[in-house]
Amino acid sequence: MEIISAENLHFTYPGDDEEALHGLNFEISKGQFVAILGRNGSGKSTLAKMFNGILLPSEGKVTVCGMDTSAEENILPIRRQVGMVFQNPDNQIVAGVVEDDVAFAPENLGVPPEEIRERVDRALKLVNMYEYREHAPHLLSGGQKQRVAIAGVLAMEPDVIVLDEPTAMLDPQGRQEVVGTVTRLCREQGITVILITHHMAECVDADRLMIMDEGRITADGSPAEVFSRVELLKKEGLTVPASTYVVHKLNAAGFSLPLSALTPEACAQAIAGALLPCGGEK
Amino acid sequence: MADIKVEALRHVYSEGTPFERVAIEDISVEIPAGQFVGIIGHTGSGKSTFIQHLNGLLQPSAGTVTLGGQNIFETKKITHNIRFRVGLVFQYPEYQLFEETVYKDISFGPKNMGLDEKEIDAHVRRAAAFTGISENLFEDSPLELSGGQKRRVAIAGVIAMEPEVLILDEPTAGLDPEGCRQILENICTYKRETGATVILVSHSMDDMAKLADRLVVFNQGHIAMDGTPKEIFSHPEDLFSIGLSVPESTKIALELKHRGVDLGGPVYTDDQLVEAVLRYDRRAKA
Repeated sequence: MEIISAENLHFTYPGDDEEALHGLNFEISKGQFVAILGRNGSGKSTLAKMFNGILLPSEGKVTVCGMDTSAEENILPIRRQVGMVFQNPDNQIVAGVVEDDVAFAPENLGVPPEEIRERVDRALKLVNMYEYREHAPHLLSGGQKQRVAIAGVLAMEPDVIVLDEPTAMLDPQGRQEVVGTVTRLCREQGITVILITHHMAECVDADRLMIMDEGRITADGSPAEVFSRVELLKKEGLTVPASTYVVHKLNAAGFSLPLSALTPEACAQAIAGALLPCGGEK
Repeated sequence: MADIKVEALRHVYSEGTPFERVAIEDISVEIPAGQFVGIIGHTGSGKSTFIQHLNGLLQPSAGTVTLGGQNIFETKKITHNIRFRVGLVFQYPEYQLFEETVYKDISFGPKNMGLDEKEIDAHVRRAAAFTGISENLFEDSPLELSGGQKRRVAIAGVIAMEPEVLILDEPTAGLDPEGCRQILENICTYKRETGATVILVSHSMDDMAKLADRLVVFNQGHIAMDGTPKEIFSHPEDLFSIGLSVPESTKIALELKHRGVDLGGPVYTDDQLVEAVLRYDRRAKA
């Protein structure tokens, strides 16, 4: 069942001559983990802002949970269903105590106090930040702050979470925390996750990977399918995960390894299979 | 060109208040002129505090920093002038662009150095060339450029002082792979053509493995490891234990070792890994 769909979606920023989005058509199924990759200025963030009606199509239509984003009466219900997390955690935290921050959205939605308490506790537990509930957010690490921001979104109990480069300002450990958390929310809670990123390694666990360039979707498929198109990605100013690069190079030198080996483990397994007589089983 | 020598450096934030916190302690390190040094460490490990001492922005609570034998904190005037010799590019430097035109923004540093118009112009043009900024953009507002271009203008503003030590704190954060590649190439060009010392703070182990002559690893305000990328990435367990990682190629080599394929010797770039696998294959077939 689709939860988001775009039909002939065009968008031009006011005052610009050129379109930022050139007629996109796609559907996103409920519970999918979709990663969107593309260079700076490719239209990724513009597209993200379409998913909860921050921006509205100049032409065409975006539908979220069956509601057209262009109809004004749909905007509030859509924003309850689609939570957004942005790049800089410091711009998203509003309160002086973690649990107050997480309670901010449900308070604004008019959720009864007892239920807010439950929602906040549940959200903080889901992102493994419950033990920090009485801490001051500005003293947390970047990865922890982003997880608090995600908890703030979860407290609205959305069907969809859209994350626009949530790891750009984090160190490798913080990145792992955030990507691990959203992957888990998708797999265990059935939340649809749309992750916009520059980091190839963050896309390998997604169900689906969309590549954007100059306001168009230029590739759309499983990460294994998309990353196997090494030349296309290079042309678009992107790179592939190191594992894909290594497999590609070895194949050029006469190996025949599967291009679906996206993680270090899968890549090592494939290489070991080719090098060892027994096929590299552990 | 001068060597940097840091001895027993210690910095305490909010000293004497209830918020007192030791950020770095016992930092002793020598950086010879012309070296490309990578600094790694997780958030809060003291990297940024450390580099801000190298150009006199932060005063040590204890210890000394010398550049070419001169204590950079000896007098206020010396500390002030050190900023022209040691250029520091902060994280997200494009937030500090403020002039009306790209040209004015890049010329801010050389102007402060007290150079005459002609020299300033020469510095600006050289800095623009190093960072791949077309002179056609000189009269544009820096605020109207793309993210990658803004970043390069901000870096050009520091390079325009032609510092003999160039320090950059996460210069590629938030840029796409092509933007990252251009910035790192600009830095390498500057280093190659001027012989400057480069100190680069980055979370990308893959970039560090490719670029740095030497890696200094920070953990909890101390230097935990110091060596060539080859040496540092030979100890992946030590890096993992302090919340850091190794390049992807090193991870693949480790996984291969677990599976009984020992490539022999450390691997830390993608091309080394490809070479090592091909070598192993040839040996196995021979």
